[in-house]
Amino acid sequence: MDRLLLIVSTLCFLAAVVRTIVALRAGIFRTGQFNFLAIGLGFIFQTAFLSIRGHALGRCPLTNLFEVFIFLAWSVALVYMLVGPAYRLSLMGAFTAPLVVLLQGFALIAPIDIRHPVKLPANPWLEFHASISIIAYGAFALACIAGVMYLVQERQLKTRQLHSIFYHLPPLTDLFAAITRLLWLGFGLYTLGIVSGFFTSRPLPRVAAIGIWMLYAAILQGRHLRRLAPKRVAALCVIGFVAALTLLWGITFSAQTHPLP
Amino acid sequence: MNLFCVGLSHHTANVETRESFAGHAESDCILRRAGCAEALVLTTCNRVEVYGASEKRVSTDEIARCLAREIEKDAHQCAPAFYRYEGEKCVQHLFRVASGLDSMVVGETEILGQAKKAYESARASGAAGPWLHRLFQRAFHVAKQVRTRTEITRGSVSVGSVAVDLARKIFGQLSKRKVLVLGAGETSERTARALVSRGVTDLRVSNRSSDRARELAGLVGGQAIPFDDWRDECREIDILITSTSSEAPLLTPANLAPMLCDRIDRPLFIIDIAVPRDVDPRVNEMDGVYLYDIDSLQSVAEQSLALRRQQIAAAEAIIAEHVPDFVASISRGWNRVSRTAERPSIADSSLRALEL
Repeated sequence: MDRLLLIVSTLCFLAAVVRTIVALRAGIFRTGQFNFLAIGLGFIFQTAFLSIRGHALGRCPLTNLFEVFIFLAWSVALVYMLVGPAYRLSLMGAFTAPLVVLLQGFALIAPIDIRHPVKLPANPWLEFHASISIIAYGAFALACIAGVMYLVQERQLKTRQLHSIFYHLPPLTDLFAAITRLLWLGFGLYTLGIVSGFFTSRPLPRVAAIGIWMLYAAILQGRHLRRLAPKRVAALCVIGFVAALTLLWGITFSAQTHPLP
Repeated sequence: MNLFCVGLSHHTANVETRESFAGHAESDCILRRAGCAEALVLTTCNRVEVYGASEKRVSTDEIARCLAREIEKDAHQCAPAFYRYEGEKCVQHLFRVASGLDSMVVGETEILGQAKKAYESARASGAAGPWLHRLFQRAFHVAKQVRTRTEITRGSVSVGSVAVDLARKIFGQLSKRKVLVLGAGETSERTARALVSRGVTDLRVSNRSSDRARELAGLVGGQAIPFDDWRDECREIDILITSTSSEAPLLTPANLAPMLCDRIDRPLFIIDIAVPRDVDPRVNEMDGVYLYDIDSLQSVAEQSLALRRQQIAAAEAIIAEHVPDFVASISRGWNRVSRTAERPSIADSSLRALEL
């Protein structure tokens, strides 16, 4: 039942992706409510899945790589639902949906939904640390998406080769403002996650996590001191998120191979 | 009732021929002289067309004679330039015209306004009755649908509007952007005016001749800057329009780099419309600098036009959906009128026949 919810949720996000691609290819794309509604519906099904799974586990559903991927996809959709309407960035939803489809599609297909043989006890600090860190990853994912949009738009302006998508992407300055705000949001949440990690009883791979924290701190510092050009900030957002995702994989894999109570 | 269109356009006649027939005849004149039940004259810089509804056939020569400026031109000589569409073809032609598919610049939207104006004028004079009302209202509806369901109007196709569009894609709102016009040529003036029309209020003009700088600044509501100070202005401005007659580039990566130091997070959009160019092309490789010379602006305009042309098939498909439907609906209406032997009256401004 819970996997069915997840499949329906993935189909909602996929509908947004397919509709955008078809409309862009036909040159008839119009910014409308469809993508936001499809993502909203997908988000509701994600939330239902996580709620059912959480009740079954008796704790926050972050016990294996499968759940981590779904929680991350949910965080990406959550941050989009929160900031999307406020920033009013055309095509933001169209760029967000494929990432969610990838995360959920991989989680559904790969054999990573391995249940622990024994029921894990609730650990409030660990659950807070993990969930807040993954929501921070959601903000970093959105910053990465805005970064990709910035790089696509910038490249078209530099090369003077304007494709149909050029007319739908937001202005560079609006994208850069969104990147900056998302970076601050993600950084704030991630800092909270790192600090709460010190109260857990787990020997978390703190060095790597602090490395990611320092990377984002450096990006924000470079932005604040005007040492980094917007294009480099956008590129670093993409690199930072890939690094963060790799670390998340590593942490979850290490937790699964060395389960602790 | 027969719907027809007789006219000439940029496809069939040169400007000299077109102007011989433009602006001479009014719709009611066509009604009286040619014996149409309803008539409407659509005159633009690229076409002169008469749309009419009549029970008996009105010849193309007769319409041409009504349109001709008799003293200047013999209408008969220009007969080959005239085209004629009847019934379904006439409907299709008007739908294409109103949608901008038949325009010189495909997808231009001015024609829709001109068609609306021509219709209003004919309606006010009583020359357009229920048949042309239905025809034109459907044409406006189809044109709107073509604009919203395709990208036929997307992108700009003139140098000035391309520059404005690019500026908006870099900066978003232009109202708080600072613009420096370096060199007060005609193209600079047009581009500056285009930017002002999109909300730019902080506009500075610098020219070797300070009188000309003051003159242009006055025309576009800007501020004249001494030519020696333009480099200092580059630290502050967001958009630079340059068109001086300098033989050597005024801006190179070497002399622009120090100006960019304090503004790394603010893009600089340079529109170089000078020939020879005022800005070294390598400047475009610098972070945050977007350089467009006259050729690249032209190239963007052509890309937009190509994009519009790609949309023609989609637009034609929308028109193809409407034409048979409209023809069928108007035929049904006409049959009902024939049965009751009631001919719609042009003078009946309430247009009751629309309920047919």
